[in-house]
Amino acid sequence: MVEENERPQAGFQFSNFGRNEALVARGFQMPKCRKTGTTIAGIVFKDGVVLGADTRATEGDIVADKNCCKIHYLQPNMYCCGAGTAADLEMTTQMMASQLELHRLNTGRQVPVIAANTMLKQMLFRYQGYVGAALVLGGVDKYGSHIYSIHPHGSTDRLPYTTMGSGSLAAMSVFEARWKPNMELDEAKQLVRDAIAGGVFNDLGSGSNIDLCVITKDGATMTRPYDVANVKGQRVGKYEYKRGVTEVLNTVVRPIEIVSETVKVVSEEDMDTA
Amino acid sequence: MQSRMVELETRNQDPQGDHGPQERNYILSLHDVLMKKSILNYNGGCVVAMKGKNCVAIACDLRFGVQAQTISTDFKRVFELGPHLYIGLPGLATDTQTVLQRLQFRIKMYEMREGRRLKPHTLMAMMQNLLYERRFGPYFVEPVIAGLDPNTKEPYICALDLIGCACEPADFVVSGTCSESLYGMCETTWQEDMEPEDLFECISQSLVNAFDRDALSGWGAVVHIIEQDKVTTRTLKCRQD
Repeated sequence: MVEENERPQAGFQFSNFGRNEALVARGFQMPKCRKTGTTIAGIVFKDGVVLGADTRATEGDIVADKNCCKIHYLQPNMYCCGAGTAADLEMTTQMMASQLELHRLNTGRQVPVIAANTMLKQMLFRYQGYVGAALVLGGVDKYGSHIYSIHPHGSTDRLPYTTMGSGSLAAMSVFEARWKPNMELDEAKQLVRDAIAGGVFNDLGSGSNIDLCVITKDGATMTRPYDVANVKGQRVGKYEYKRGVTEVLNTVVRPIEIVSETVKVVSEEDMDTA
Repeated sequence: MQSRMVELETRNQDPQGDHGPQERNYILSLHDVLMKKSILNYNGGCVVAMKGKNCVAIACDLRFGVQAQTISTDFKRVFELGPHLYIGLPGLATDTQTVLQRLQFRIKMYEMREGRRLKPHTLMAMMQNLLYERRFGPYFVEPVIAGLDPNTKEPYICALDLIGCACEPADFVVSGTCSESLYGMCETTWQEDMEPEDLFECISQSLVNAFDRDALSGWGAVVHIIEQDKVTTRTLKCRQD
């Protein structure tokens, strides 16, 4: 009865599960969740890490979003690229960002990247791979620069360079050919850009722009877009409909009237502390 | 939207092998509809929303069917949630109504607790939570939100998938059984900074021409143009077949 009252409950709700299974048993297809084909990558360079991602979101063979953001905020010193089920990535990173912020407030220090890695892998392992999130976690803390790749079932690797998503092979080929230790910032940015571009041009699930996020001990800078790999052409003709061509049966206009308006002027004078 | 992917996958996984291009039928039999037996296609219907200059538009069709059989032609799937805030809930009709009721409850609780109007972006977050809570037993709706921010009056549009992944583009969002045709129409007719009158023509023609190519939606349309000082709701004259 708690649910009928819509009182917030922790965790997932399964009340529709029986009905949905019954529909499947009657021969209906369950709509599959949106899986984003993606190219995401991260490398360690001399002063920190560079994370990169493409910006295409797909629903089957349709491009649903041409400029979505796949580099998610976790902490000021930590960002996370995501590939897999779009909603899972969004909610997992949001949830992790708040958990890490609570951790930071409780401990009173900057959260180390390995803490985020452990929390993410524990959460994903708990859901046995049903939360379909493949992540590239990158950040800088007092122990140095770190890149972790986290798989949906909860296994993780700590690597100097890694890629994920459907374009990961294209991106990894670029890293395997050109990555070297202690790269300069510009060189590192160019390498990640080229790796993502490899995915954009060779993987159908990836496309549009290239986003980069550079994290050093001084903080993070998101560049969105870093590179527009496919510039849209200028449209020459106009496909406009003239006003009045649509046949209307009836029109209802409802004005939004302001009943009252209060303007409170705040004067800038000192607080009376007498 | 999702269902298309399912169709594609069923086609690919068909044990009968490759059928090649689908043959064209002049009589839509129940069997044809059953071929794409996705839950999201069961009742039919579509919603589209667009941004204009200091205004937004949201429109839907009016068909409520059970697969190939049309039950009613005045089924609204766009609802008012505030003076400048509308939501479209295409998908399984039972879930359209259930989700609307649950959402209205949450909005009332929010507005009482906070003592202020809901912003479109907050509605998006609320919707995300509502849908993602049922990640493993979802409601079969793919909502579309359109509105103006109560403080800044900024136009806002957004589309979510059935488990709450939001997408907030700068131009238009589509959802429902003819979303592919809607993408095509909107991509061609949408322009930046349209005035309310032009936005109305654009969204109406996009919707009507898209659903005329879809057997599962149509039978009339309702278009809301949301401006700072007024909301204009128009019912369109459409084909009834």
